Amino acid sequence: MRKLQFHPCGSFKTSYQQDLNIFSTDFGRLWMGISIVLLFGVVPFISSAYILYVVNNIGIYAIAAVGLNLLIGFTGQISLGHGAFFGVGAYAAAILATKGGFPFFLAVPIAGVVSAAVGMVFGLPSARLKHLYLCIATLAGQFIIEYVLVQWEGLTGGAQGIFVPSATLFGINLGNDRAFFYVIFGCFVLMTWIAVNLIRTRIGRAFIAIRDNDRAAEGMGIPVFPYKLLSFAISSFYAGFAGALFAFYTMSITPEPFNLWLSIQYIAMIIIGGLGSIPGSVFGVIFIVTLNEVLSHATEYLMNVGVSTGVAITIAPLREFVYGLAIVLFIIFEPKGLAEVWRIVRSNFRLWPFSY
Amino acid sequence: MDFFLQLLVNGISLGFLYALSALGFVMIFKSSSVLNFAHGELMAIGAFLFLALSAWADLPIVLAFALTLIGSFTLGFILEKFFLRPLIGEALIQVIMLTLGLALMFRGLLLFIFGGDIHDYPKFLPEALSMQWGAIQIPAVYVAAFIIGILFLILFGLFFKYSSQGIYMRSVADNQPAALSLGVHVRRVFALSWAIAALVCAMSGIVLGIINGINVHELSSIGLKVFPVVILGGLDSIGGAILGGVIIGLLETFTGGYISTSLREIIPYIVLIFILMVKPYGLFGLVEIERV
Repeated sequence: MRKLQFHPCGSFKTSYQQDLNIFSTDFGRLWMGISIVLLFGVVPFISSAYILYVVNNIGIYAIAAVGLNLLIGFTGQISLGHGAFFGVGAYAAAILATKGGFPFFLAVPIAGVVSAAVGMVFGLPSARLKHLYLCIATLAGQFIIEYVLVQWEGLTGGAQGIFVPSATLFGINLGNDRAFFYVIFGCFVLMTWIAVNLIRTRIGRAFIAIRDNDRAAEGMGIPVFPYKLLSFAISSFYAGFAGALFAFYTMSITPEPFNLWLSIQYIAMIIIGGLGSIPGSVFGVIFIVTLNEVLSHATEYLMNVGVSTGVAITIAPLREFVYGLAIVLFIIFEPKGLAEVWRIVRSNFRLWPFSY
Repeated sequence: MDFFLQLLVNGISLGFLYALSALGFVMIFKSSSVLNFAHGELMAIGAFLFLALSAWADLPIVLAFALTLIGSFTLGFILEKFFLRPLIGEALIQVIMLTLGLALMFRGLLLFIFGGDIHDYPKFLPEALSMQWGAIQIPAVYVAAFIIGILFLILFGLFFKYSSQGIYMRSVADNQPAALSLGVHVRRVFALSWAIAALVCAMSGIVLGIINGINVHELSSIGLKVFPVVILGGLDSIGGAILGGVIIGLLETFTGGYISTSLREIIPYIVLIFILMVKPYGLFGLVEIERV
């Protein structure tokens, strides 16, 4: 048996291979194994229907957020249209399933590919634009896609939306939350595994080089534009894939949820989680989804308990306020996000009691 | 022909509104290169402050107006001091998300205090301002908006060209380290430019409120319309903001009048993508050439 690895009390890496390792110690590997077993073996059985619904939503959003982090956190291209790409995936899956009669396991990846194609179209301006210009271009993309989803009634059903038939996989009906839980988190683990490993490859290093300094990257022979486009494609694929799962999970979709607000939420997730950190994007999703649920429960509670419903209705907009406040506070006090908080907590435990 | 002329007049007046709301945006960008997504909310704050002072507190119009300007000037100062100063030197995405977060906070607060309904100002503009020209008539508010727009253009043009603060602002926008080393108080310039921008936002919010009634949702969506306007005109050009506003306004009314009303809302963004592909620095923007 090979020697177990523990945390050294400094950085003693002697090769690039050690730097590329995902798990620096065997404990990390062990904890990852334990948490996966807990996730699949325990969570779906102990949670109530409502908790399971929230957890499923977290899984779906986490896939899309990981994709967005690849684009913003690793390639440095800001996109304000991620919610729209998510919507494109949802609609593509719904149309494929209802009009094309595609089975679930084909419709979801094809929806991802459709979304990737759309994402590449809106990534095209990145050939000439950077920074805030690109950001505004993707904002325009968001509005245009929203408009198409509402107006192209022949295909998308307009404001009424589409009813999606319940999904079946290998003869098993995925109509209930628990069955869908396994599908979502199976996909989530797979997609996260791909993302984590993608960053360690040539492509991932090219992304990081472009983020850090695009001129230097060009000088080192990295074809900047193709890689930017690839990053847009991969990120939109993730969004489309998650959107397709969302469509099959909610069973009926309208253009309404895929608005600018959703895109902002996605960016909030990865900023609060931590830019350029895959676990961070998952933390961010958990934080935002939980915050959403807590806030909507709080307003509901006030509406039932409050002196009159009038008070509760006026309190409802405070949700938006709290949401904005959370974003602002995170950016000012912990710009590196929850991933950094997590790192600090861990290293405190590791170095205790001699933290210097 | 009358229809065409009416559309033309409507378009130009709408365009002036856009131009007016773009002014504050350009102010901020010109001096601190911050893309302000809370722009519509800043306008709404100004508009509601004026409403509260003039209609609810029953102050005379001139006093209420002056107090609103002072209030929003202070607000801009506070915003810069507490929220944007810690972010100097941070990545663009952080600054964008901060202004988005601020936008959410403001919108939540305004909805909490004033609700989502449309409010109206008491009438105070003299009817003599309205113009009648053949079959076309221009209401007094549009004339007032036009006058305010021109006045601001001239005032800010003079301010940036001749006053020492204006020259400091331009120097900071052009090259921050150089301005610092020449003894420009960069932080004060930032604070001042946010304060002035908030003041301009309040002005345009009030004018928009006089025309359409004040509504939080409406004003915040106009805040996003500013992007096509400023990109078309050039992000750092005040004259460009006016021309861009008029072009976008005309485009909107003509699309709405001749093609389809649903396309009207989206046409500025389609044009925006097109401009970004062809001439990203707009009509009068400062061209920075980078070949990567």
